[in-house]
Amino acid sequence: MTGQAHTGRPSKLLRNLSSKIASIPMMLTAVVIFLGGTVWTVVYSFTNSKLLPRAKFVGLDQYERLWDAPRWIVSIQNLAIYGIFTLIFSLVIGFLLAALMDQKIRFENTFRTIFLYPFALSFIVTGLVWQWILNPEFGVQSVVRSLGWESFTFDPLYNSDIVIYGVLIAGLWQGTGLVMCLLLAGLRGIDEDIWKAARVDGIPMWKTYLFIVIPMMRPVFITTLVIIASGIVKVYDLVVAQTSGGPGISSEVPAKYVYDYMFQAQNLGQGFAASTMMLVTVAIIIVPWAYLEFGGRKRG
Amino acid sequence: MADTVSIKPGPALAAATKAGIEPRGAKPRRTLSGRNIMLYGTLAVAALYYLLPLYVMVVTSLKGMPEIRLGNIFSPPLEVTFEPWAKAWATACTGLNCDGLSRGFWNSVRITVPSTLISILVASVNGYALANWKFKGADLFFTILIVGAFIPYQVMIYPIVIVLREMGIYGTLTGLIIVHTIFGMPILTLLFRNYFSSLPEELFKAARIDGAGFWQIYFRIMLPMSLPIFVVAMILQITGIWNDFLFGVVFTRPEYYPMTVQLNNIVNSVQGVKEYNVNMAATLLTGAVPLFVYFVSGRLFVRGIAAGAVKG
Repeated sequence: MTGQAHTGRPSKLLRNLSSKIASIPMMLTAVVIFLGGTVWTVVYSFTNSKLLPRAKFVGLDQYERLWDAPRWIVSIQNLAIYGIFTLIFSLVIGFLLAALMDQKIRFENTFRTIFLYPFALSFIVTGLVWQWILNPEFGVQSVVRSLGWESFTFDPLYNSDIVIYGVLIAGLWQGTGLVMCLLLAGLRGIDEDIWKAARVDGIPMWKTYLFIVIPMMRPVFITTLVIIASGIVKVYDLVVAQTSGGPGISSEVPAKYVYDYMFQAQNLGQGFAASTMMLVTVAIIIVPWAYLEFGGRKRG
Repeated sequence: MADTVSIKPGPALAAATKAGIEPRGAKPRRTLSGRNIMLYGTLAVAALYYLLPLYVMVVTSLKGMPEIRLGNIFSPPLEVTFEPWAKAWATACTGLNCDGLSRGFWNSVRITVPSTLISILVASVNGYALANWKFKGADLFFTILIVGAFIPYQVMIYPIVIVLREMGIYGTLTGLIIVHTIFGMPILTLLFRNYFSSLPEELFKAARIDGAGFWQIYFRIMLPMSLPIFVVAMILQITGIWNDFLFGVVFTRPEYYPMTVQLNNIVNSVQGVKEYNVNMAATLLTGAVPLFVYFVSGRLFVRGIAAGAVKG
């Protein structure tokens, strides 16, 4: 029986009962896992939990230890480098490809298929392929050397100063296709008349892009930015597959720090503190965006 | 690349327009060969860069180890051998056992199929409830769900471990399936809610007047009308779950490790001589399923990620 038929009856809870029952998984996920789990982790990041979570609070101890740990500092630096370059390059390359694809070209579908297929692959596959291509003994370096340039050196995965750029190359290969697709959809959303008007006014095409089209695509860019950014914070499997954090600790990232401390080093408190820092990072990215996008309208 | 797009009708047109003269018809875009060479040249170079890793994977996996040690990674195999593929599938070692990727493949199948079906069923019903049977407070839960999609998984992993341990299913496939259902929920619910909201309301009302209830309308009207969106959701879930690494490694015991985890263990295992051809064959085998889905589904895949992109 659906409670809907008896509207106005005192038992308000029974109204729309089927719908409520059907929504139980969603409510449980939202409240128990997403809300409850997050609060739980944040609370326990103030404890000295080791092998098992213990509610013995030690204030900010875990955070002090975290920010004293060289490995965490390296992780944060790597994330910053990886993040900034990923944002810049994937937006620039993605937009250039999208702009080229938007020139009413032939074989558009073929090109799109090629640019996007890496996105269908997992980060593990991506990491392993690029580990092989960047292998100094057999990969790009050895090929260039065998062509006669004996002193050519390109071994990012074995050089702790630049290893994160090796990861970056792989990450860009995997992700730019998506950015291209999103921005292309945005370009297609621009009114044809804008282009006609710009052409009638004799504005060069690059200027039209730079000063008219890109500003008009602001919402698309912001959405894309948020997508790239929240993906960056999560970067984990790529590093695990490509470098395992090495050489040494030079390509560690925060997500890996969390995993290793929670499940390998049996130091839960550190893991919780590190994951809370990740949450803070995401919040810094998301909250202003959510406020701009939804804040004004929803509250009204 | 910017040069490519800057080649445009000259400033004469601008002068003419300023003088108030109508542009003399649509100036036919000259098929300037220079412009086209730049355009297609750039695209072709970019396409080569994107294709290169796939090519390298294929040729490496078809070579014997002696040839790999001598030649360069870009040269096509002199002698094609399928031995690496056979070895990757059946006898490669992960450090724990030596029965190749086949175990991981079947684990992944046993994870992906039920996870995809259950997550889609749950999320589509959620989306339907949100679109057509909204109750008080529903939007609040939905908002938490969507905001939750942005929370790094690492924050929620340990509480889930505890919950699953309490339920006695930590380490099992069931547990992992539940995890996939949970983390697939935000994007899928959004997808279905938006789709069901876009269907004409009259249909729903007519069915209500005819006395159909919640489930009847779902199974007899909504479900049959929404097959495309179900396909999009399936593409999204199959590729996403198949490619997952983190949940697999956290929530299952080694004997249930999905293919991605096993692949990583095979390739990055420190014991023994590195067999690059076997590694690449294994990598290709793991990538084969999502690639197949991608190439078969074409435009629907793009639709799926555009929808998935809203989540991030």
